Amino acid sequence: MRRVEVADLSAWYGPKKVLHEVNVVAEPRKVTAIIGPSGCGKSTLIRCMNRMHEEVRGARVRGKVLFDGMDIYSPDVDPVDVRRRIGMVFQRANPFPTMSVFENAVAGMQLGGRFSRSELKVRAEGALRAAGLWEEVKDGLDEPGARLSGGQQQRLCIARALAVEPEVLLMDEPASALDPASTLRIEELIEELKRSFTVVIVTHNMQQAARISDWTLFMLYGEVVEFGPTSKMFTRPDEKRTEDYITGRFG
Amino acid sequence: MIATVEIAPMGRLRAGRRWKDRAFTAFLWACAFLAMVPLVLISVYVVSRGWHALSVNFFTKEPAGPLDPSAGGIAQSFVGTGLIVGMATLFSVPLGILTAIYLAEYGRGRFAGAVRLIAEVLLSTPSIVAGVFIWSLVVVAMGTFSALAAALALTVLMWPVIARAAEEILRLVPQELREGALALGVPRWRVILRVVVPTAGAGILTAIMLAVARGLGETAPILLTALGNDFINTNPLQPTDAVPLRVFADARTPVAALHELAWGGALMLLVAVLGLSIAARAVSSRQQKRMT
Repeated sequence: MRRVEVADLSAWYGPKKVLHEVNVVAEPRKVTAIIGPSGCGKSTLIRCMNRMHEEVRGARVRGKVLFDGMDIYSPDVDPVDVRRRIGMVFQRANPFPTMSVFENAVAGMQLGGRFSRSELKVRAEGALRAAGLWEEVKDGLDEPGARLSGGQQQRLCIARALAVEPEVLLMDEPASALDPASTLRIEELIEELKRSFTVVIVTHNMQQAARISDWTLFMLYGEVVEFGPTSKMFTRPDEKRTEDYITGRFG
Repeated sequence: MIATVEIAPMGRLRAGRRWKDRAFTAFLWACAFLAMVPLVLISVYVVSRGWHALSVNFFTKEPAGPLDPSAGGIAQSFVGTGLIVGMATLFSVPLGILTAIYLAEYGRGRFAGAVRLIAEVLLSTPSIVAGVFIWSLVVVAMGTFSALAAALALTVLMWPVIARAAEEILRLVPQELREGALALGVPRWRVILRVVVPTAGAGILTAIMLAVARGLGETAPILLTALGNDFINTNPLQPTDAVPLRVFADARTPVAALHELAWGGALMLLVAVLGLSIAARAVSSRQQKRMT
């Protein structure tokens, strides 16, 4: 069970500082939601949590992200290993267009190491079941992954992330491009996943944060405004700005 | 109380506008038609002059003696072109794709800029320059003209075509696919080889086919390197014939029967280049369907 602790984290794109000394903790078996208006740095923050931020040209980070006390930005840590253990699901479903449903589900294993065919099959089924997609695709595992519907593609991407057996799952607005029915499925899925994972989710949908998260972080202009238990944040926030945002006065 | 809202009338499509639209459409059609004229004329003319030459002998025989030149063929040219372009493809494809990967995935800063500039300069370099370059570097050093030297000269021309075209195609691969794979804990080089390159696969294949089509028709660089040969040669270190060389050589003789063979050779070049271009189009349109 993994605890992710962000300590005094700042991030830049080129000369532009987009995160200002952020502190937050994601507890194991809990869902931590990051909310805030567009451009407040919530995506940048979640991307810093598995070192995806540095994949953008000119991007820089200062501060620490502790994964069970171990700093993932320490110079002797391999970012490849960080990302294998801290998985990520993106806003837009991005199944690999040259691969079938099956190959997509186990892409992380096939690309990252050598596994026997039978082992891949077991893991593919396990991951697709965990992502709630198995029943819909079990008869079409060899179909191209890109032929699925948008909601199915996103669940395929979740399966793909689960198949490498990460310890933490980061989700960057995983339902924002989906219709309400698919969104509901993803939310139910997150409820399931939090039994075995540390889940961090970025969302611009406050109702979603209120429904599914245990902890909520509210950000504005790259700074933390308030961080606390979701029930408290949405009923008795300490900060006036939090109250204004969640009651829809801005953002 | 119900408020009444005035709705402004829609502007009427005037006759003048309609006429202008038609005139301009007709003008564009005429332009497209004009552009087609030379291509159609060349094709029709080459086919009409060249198809007489096509016979079993044409494809299977080496040139006959001066007593009955029409009994001969240009088999040695086909074999030579196959050998030279085959080797050139073998050299330029890996080189071109690796360059493209470097430029698209890693290249930043001065060195990448220099590589890109060199490729661009080579793209527009007159092909005879590639011939002279390889002649002085390889032919003189080895003391003989050869298929290998010709293949190297063609590589100088084909490499930048593949490198630049493949770079553009690799850049079209959505960044989200790279991030998706990286986020699974896959090392960068594997992401490129197993996700980015296969996604761009058809486009890269198109780039290769266009480069091969260019290599097939080049005459000047192989003139100075392969030299030509009246006999079938499969030794890469010996002087070798090629279809464009044969067309050039035969067309310069005063012998009508050899002119015929030259037209036949020209026709085969046209067919090969056209075939490759059409195949490239087919592949790239399939690719577009998959990318979207």
